[in-house]
Amino acid sequence: MRRKLLSVLVLFGMLLSAVAAAASPEQIERGRYLARAGNCAGCHTAPGGADFAGGRAVHSPFGTFYAPNITADPDTGIGRWSVEQFRQALQRGRRPDGSALYPACPYPNFTRVHAADIDAIYAYLRSLPAVRQSNPPHDLATLASLRPLMRVWQWLYFSPGEFRPDPAKSERWNRGAYLVEGLGHCSACHAERNLFGAEDRESSRGGLVQGWYAPSLYTPAEAGLQGWPLERAAALLRHGKAGDASTMGPMADVVFNSLQYLDEADILAMAEYLRSLPERPAAAPGRRIRLSPQQREAALALGSKVYGEHCRDCHGEAAQGSEVAPRLAGNRVLTMDDRTNLVQIIRQGGYPPSTQGDPRPFGMPPFHALSERELDAVILYLREQPGNP
Amino acid sequence: MKRFAAAIRMRCALLLTVAGTATAWAAPPTDSIDQRVLPCLSCHGERRVDLQEGYVPYLYGKPAGYLYNQLINYREARRRHRTMEYMVGHLSDEYLWEIARYFAERDLPYPAPAGEPVSEAQRARGRQLVREGDPARDIPACQSCHGERLTGVQPNTPSLLGLPRIYLMAQLGAWRVGTRRAAAPDCMHVIAERLSPQDVQAVAAWLAAQPVPADHAPAAEPVAEPPLECGSVALPRP
Repeated sequence: MRRKLLSVLVLFGMLLSAVAAAASPEQIERGRYLARAGNCAGCHTAPGGADFAGGRAVHSPFGTFYAPNITADPDTGIGRWSVEQFRQALQRGRRPDGSALYPACPYPNFTRVHAADIDAIYAYLRSLPAVRQSNPPHDLATLASLRPLMRVWQWLYFSPGEFRPDPAKSERWNRGAYLVEGLGHCSACHAERNLFGAEDRESSRGGLVQGWYAPSLYTPAEAGLQGWPLERAAALLRHGKAGDASTMGPMADVVFNSLQYLDEADILAMAEYLRSLPERPAAAPGRRIRLSPQQREAALALGSKVYGEHCRDCHGEAAQGSEVAPRLAGNRVLTMDDRTNLVQIIRQGGYPPSTQGDPRPFGMPPFHALSERELDAVILYLREQPGNP
Repeated sequence: MKRFAAAIRMRCALLLTVAGTATAWAAPPTDSIDQRVLPCLSCHGERRVDLQEGYVPYLYGKPAGYLYNQLINYREARRRHRTMEYMVGHLSDEYLWEIARYFAERDLPYPAPAGEPVSEAQRARGRQLVREGDPARDIPACQSCHGERLTGVQPNTPSLLGLPRIYLMAQLGAWRVGTRRAAAPDCMHVIAERLSPQDVQAVAAWLAAQPVPADHAPAAEPVAEPPLECGSVALPRP
């Protein structure tokens, strides 16, 4: 009996490897491209780790997730998964044992992806070296650690289904919608999440990610591209820089690791779709501390001093920007209500990504040493500049 | 929490020093590498952070290949440092090579070493490891790779002089535990594993006490065949 079982298993294994071997080089190449577009490595490759072997910590309000190994290793990776099981995971949020995936993996987006594209990603992952690497178990808050509850979560918040093109829209728009809403999973960061971690698709606020604010794509006051010329919107996505707009922080990673590798046609399609998103008014501003006229005057004087000492050389006398530094007057990082990114950029500095369109980007020096008072003052000062509300 | 507070305090101390220097920049020509490295100079500039205060090494005049390897190692998280990983995380090979050469091609005098009291035995052990190594434990002499003058060897081996004791100890420790790695084969990991904690202290103390010679250019080539093979990343195509 045991021998019979063994031979069945061996046969099954051979069949599986035959299926894997049946992947054509074109399909694998296509899968590589799609895995780029979905930035799978962004979570599944740990810093300094083997490709797709997982282990990167993804922090959330529910605890820390450790991205799993998705190489073909049978014991620690997904080597035993059939292509059908892989589809079930991405399109239905189901693991092979029937339990639910945590939505830390953006399957609410991936459910839109066509089966043929998922199959190509599967073929690509199978073509890579299998890496034997166990990763730490997720470290979650008590309630979140009860995986069966995820079934309830899915019932409440998850609507599976492949992308269906809108016949009233152009082919390009539909391609853009497919990429943005599906593999690109832009909303996974750029949408506000509710108390249970589900995206609030009606909100005009963005989300928080790695200490940065991923601004809303629905309002031109934040990251909305409505009203932008198509080429300019495409340049921001592909090159990480368009005029005075540049990507920094986690979005710079997305451009560097994913978007810069996409075909021009796909980038234009994404830009077209993003430009067409319905405009929502900016969310009501958060409460600000009221300053007395004297306090305000003192803060503006301090802000002006800080600006003159640290910012003016590059950003210009009237924050108009220069060849080496963006215009700050009217810059959305200043005008938007949420100041998270502004504080990050001033404190940490940093470079936009090196890309074909901007291979040697100028960078911002970090100013960790400013006191909280100086930081607040220079932000107040800049927000009071003409061009900023 | 305590450790966190200590880290914050240290960082603040370090950055206060930076703030003092930040205003001293003369505006460089706009479309230049000088302008592009301004973010680096916040910490690594001429009037840099006091080396005894924080782990901010001096980059000027080090072999370009060495600096390039470090930048790539930070980008690929083989060498761990939060700020450095963040700063170079999405810069291309070509750009990092240009930044490496910027620092390699410039030179600035080093400050005199800070004298720290060490025992005679420790000094002797440090000197022995640097000059002769410890053949019984298969530890090669530092100078066999880093040059007789210890000022480094082109193209990939750094100078060991002008670095504070605490920085050297931290690097050897990082190699041991794997938070500093190089492209394979990682020879320094092999060597660091063979050093005892006492050896690490001795070698760091001895090196930190050496004055930096006026001519501290890296040697053109090693004196003899290096005892271990060391990996490095390929340079970007010109």
